[in-house]
Amino acid sequence: MHTKILLFFLFITFTISAKQIEVCSNCTIKTIKEAIEIAEDGDEIYLKKGIYKENNIIINKSISLIGEEGAVIDGEDAGGIIIFEADNFTIRNLKIINVGMSYTIDYAAIKVIKATNFTIEDCILENVFFGLLIEKSKKGIIRNNSISGTRKSEASSGNGIHIWDGSEMEVYNNELYGLRDGIYFEFVKKSVVFENTSRENIRYGLHFMFSNNNIYHHNIFRNNGAGVAVMFSKFITMHNNIFELNWGSASYGLLLKEIYDAEIYDNLFQENTIGINGEGCTRINYTNNTFLRNGWAIKIAGACYTNIFVNNDFMHNSLDLSYNTKIHDNKFDNNYWSEYTGYDLDNDGIGDVPYRPVKLFSYVVNQTPEALVLLRSLFVDIINFSEKVSPVFTPDNLMDSNPLMKKNNDSI
Amino acid sequence: MLKILKYSFYDLMRSRWSYVYFIFYLILGFVLLFLNNDVNKAVITLMNIIIVLTPLIGTIFGVMYYYNSREFTELLLAQPINRKKIFMGQYLGISISLTLSLVLGLGIPFLLYGLLKSAAIFNFSLLLIVGAFLNFIFVALSYNIALSTENKIKGFGYAILMWLFLAVIYDGIFLISLVIFNDYPLDKFSLIATMLNPIDLSRILILLKLDISALLGYTGAVFRKFFGTGFGMLVSMSILIFWVIIPVFRINQKLKKKDF
Repeated sequence: MHTKILLFFLFITFTISAKQIEVCSNCTIKTIKEAIEIAEDGDEIYLKKGIYKENNIIINKSISLIGEEGAVIDGEDAGGIIIFEADNFTIRNLKIINVGMSYTIDYAAIKVIKATNFTIEDCILENVFFGLLIEKSKKGIIRNNSISGTRKSEASSGNGIHIWDGSEMEVYNNELYGLRDGIYFEFVKKSVVFENTSRENIRYGLHFMFSNNNIYHHNIFRNNGAGVAVMFSKFITMHNNIFELNWGSASYGLLLKEIYDAEIYDNLFQENTIGINGEGCTRINYTNNTFLRNGWAIKIAGACYTNIFVNNDFMHNSLDLSYNTKIHDNKFDNNYWSEYTGYDLDNDGIGDVPYRPVKLFSYVVNQTPEALVLLRSLFVDIINFSEKVSPVFTPDNLMDSNPLMKKNNDSI
Repeated sequence: MLKILKYSFYDLMRSRWSYVYFIFYLILGFVLLFLNNDVNKAVITLMNIIIVLTPLIGTIFGVMYYYNSREFTELLLAQPINRKKIFMGQYLGISISLTLSLVLGLGIPFLLYGLLKSAAIFNFSLLLIVGAFLNFIFVALSYNIALSTENKIKGFGYAILMWLFLAVIYDGIFLISLVIFNDYPLDKFSLIATMLNPIDLSRILILLKLDISALLGYTGAVFRKFFGTGFGMLVSMSILIFWVIIPVFRINQKLKKKDF
C-alpha cells in the first residue's frame, strides 16, 4: 500500500513539475552537461540534431535523456560517455559513438550504477569498448538497441551488454556485433533475454556466469568466436534459440559448464564445430532440439549426470556424440538419428533395434585427437561397424532404445 | 601411340563393362540427388563412394585389360612399333575411358539437378578431378603389377592386395601408430602419412573443403594451414601427379627389359 501511494505521488510530481530542456548548438543550453546541471528529477533533456563532443557525463538525477533523429554524442575515444547513478531514468533514441579503450578501466557508452527502474531503448552505440555496463541494478529494460564495436583482440575489447550484479532485467530485440561478448551476465537473477541477434563477436555471443533463474529464448547467435557459454549457473531455461555457424577450432554452439537444473528445448544448432559441449552438467533436459550438420552434435566431458535427451533430431553431423568416460548416467530416448540404419517391422515409428550414438571412432578421437584425419576412411567405417555389432570400448548401456524413424521437426 | 590409344579406347567403349560402370554412376548420381535433393550432401556421400570404388575399379580394370589383351599385345609387339607407344596407348585408353564414365556418369545427373546454380560446384569439380587422378594412379599401379606377374591369378591377387592395403590396411596402421605414439607431437607425422597414400590424400583434400576443417582443432591447425592455402593445394596436386608419373615411369623401365 505504501509503495502504491508513493508511486502515485511520484506520478503526480512527475506530471506536474516535469519540464523539457532542449539542447542544441544554437539554443541557450549548448551542452548536455549544462542541461544536467539545471535539470531536476523528472525532467526531460531533449537533444536536438547535432554532434555533441562530450564525455564523462555524470548524471545522478532521475531524468529522461532523449535524442532527436540525428543527435550524436561523440566520445572521441577519450573514455566513458554517460554515467547514470540514479533510479527511474530513460535513455531513448541516442546515437553514441567512439568510446575510449583502456586496459584498466571499463569505459562504457552508458554506464549504470545502482539503479532501479530504468529503460534504455532505440539507441545506436557504435565503436564502443563496453556498450552498456550495468552494475548493481535491477528492473531495467534494455530494448531495440544496436551495439557494435570494431576491436580486434579479446583483451582490447569490451562487452556489448554487460550486467554485473543485477536482477529482473529484460533484454530484448537488440543487435550486437563486433564486441568481445555480445551479452554478458554475471551474478544476474530472474532476467529474460529474448529476440536478440548476437553475431561476429570475438568471444561469446552470450555469456552467463553465476547467474541463476534466467530465461533466454528466440535469440540468434551466429558466427561468434566461440559461441555461447553458460557457466556456473542454475535454473536456466533456453528455448527457441538458433546457434549457427560457430565454426572454428575452439568453437561450439553452446558451452555448458557447471550447470544444474536447466531446460534446453526447441533450439536449432546448425553448422557448429561442436553443437553442445557439456562439462559438469547435471539434471538437464534436452528436448526437441535440432542438431544439423555440426562437427560433433554433443560432446560430453566428465561429471555430467542425469542429462536427458528426448525427441531431438540429430541430422548429418560428422559425429553425433562424443563421450570420454565409461560411466554413464544420462538418458537418450526417442530421438531421431539420421545415421540410424535399423528397421521398423511393426510400423509404429520407433526403430526395433537400439541405436548407439557413440561410435568407436569418436572414442578413439577422444583419446587421440589427431586420429580425426581418418574421418570417413573405409577402415574407420569397418571398425565402427564391428564396434556397433559388439561394443567393447564404448559404454554398452549408452544407447537410444527407441530411436524414431522420422524426424520430429519438419521445419528443416 | 594415338592409334593404339584410339583402338584401346574404342575397344573399351564398346565393351559391356564400360557401360555398366557408366550406368552405375549415372544411377548413383540420380538416386543420391533424388533422395536428398541437396547437392552439398550428395557430394559427401559421393566422396565416400569415389575414394573407395574408383581405385578398386581402376585396379581391376587395369589388370583385367592387360591379361585379356595379352595376345593382341603380342601381335602388336611383332610389328615395327615402339613398345612404349603400345603400352602407353593402352594405359591411356583405359584411364581415359574410365574417367569418362565417371565424369559423364556423375556429371549428367548433377547438371540436370542444377549444379551450375549451386555453390557446391567447386567441391564437385574437385571431387571429379580427384576421381580422375585416382583412376590414372590405380590403372598405372595395376599395370605395373600385371607386367611383373606372368601368372594371372597371382596378378589379380597382388592387385587386389594393393588396393586393400592402400584403402584399408594403411589407415589401420596409421591409426594404430597414432594411438601408440599418442605422447608425441603427431601433426607432422600425420601430415606426411596422409601425403604418402593417394586415397588418404584425396579424402583429406575433399574433406577439408567439406566438413572437418574446423573439427580438427589444434591438430588441424597444421592441416588447415597446409591444405587450405594455394600452396598446399599445389603440393597435394603435384603429389597426385607424382603418383601417376612414378608408376608410369616404372612401366616404361620394366618394358625395356621385359621378354615377351
